[in-house]
Amino acid sequence: MDVSGLPVERSIRPYLIGLGLAVILTAIPFALVATGALARGTTLVIIAVAAVVQILVHLGFFLHIGFRSTPRENLIALAFACVLIFFMVGGTLWIMFDLYHRMMV
Amino acid sequence: MTAGASTMTGVAGPAPEAINKYEERAFGFWLYLMSDGIIFALLFATYVVMLGQTAGGPTGKELFSLERAAAETALLLASSATFGFASVATAANERSRVLLWLIVTVFLGIGFLCLEYGEFAGMIAQGAGPDRSGFLSGFFTLVGTHGLHVSIGSLCILVMIGQVLFKGLTTPVVSRLARVGLFWHFLDIVWVGIFSVVYLPGLL
Repeated sequence: MDVSGLPVERSIRPYLIGLGLAVILTAIPFALVATGALARGTTLVIIAVAAVVQILVHLGFFLHIGFRSTPRENLIALAFACVLIFFMVGGTLWIMFDLYHRMMV
Repeated sequence: MTAGASTMTGVAGPAPEAINKYEERAFGFWLYLMSDGIIFALLFATYVVMLGQTAGGPTGKELFSLERAAAETALLLASSATFGFASVATAANERSRVLLWLIVTVFLGIGFLCLEYGEFAGMIAQGAGPDRSGFLSGFFTLVGTHGLHVSIGSLCILVMIGQVLFKGLTTPVVSRLARVGLFWHFLDIVWVGIFSVVYLPGLL
């Protein structure tokens, strides 16, 4: 999709690449949890990294977000949403777990 | 931009002032998606805060199934790709191919909903409903909100199948289809968060 709001993608290639990458990035964490091959902490880190990379893959290949192709105001809205999510989720977890430890100790 | 302009004339050839209208709608819908993303992010935060609050009830490890989560993931991921194929067919102005891929997409979406319904019904039947503990309230709110979105998305795809069938690939229909597509791909992103935050760590 471009600035006009109408679809312009004429090739299924980005979808196939996105699908392939997403399958790999899903299979790795699922396989690690199914087999329990690595330590718990390592597995959690790999799950988190695979999730972040997969979200970027989806944004790039399925939603066609690109620094040049996507309208500037859409990118600003996306960045603003990310900042809000960072503060609100980060703040919630920080405050609630801090409170939890103060109450429980 | 030149490539975009030539395709637009290829689709239906709307007048420049009409394109403006669709630009506005696309941007408005994008803002809606961003705010929806913030809602989901906060439901994720609530879930993580509630993770340990099982009130002596069952934990995720006892309730979740890796096979079911993998099947749900596969269905939703496949449906995201098939909607992409429908978008490509839309840009190429091939109506029957658009219909084919939209029908495949909606079947995959309904398959996902059936699996999720079975999961929720099974949990509630064994006394692990949202009223059992803070953890389960958080789980049902987060995953249920996503399921509700997928239900609404499936309904929208069904409506769009009807519009493509009866109105054809006119500019308004194509522009609606593009927004439903954004919504559908967005839901797959939320699901990546759900299996990475809820199911996989819960079963680890």
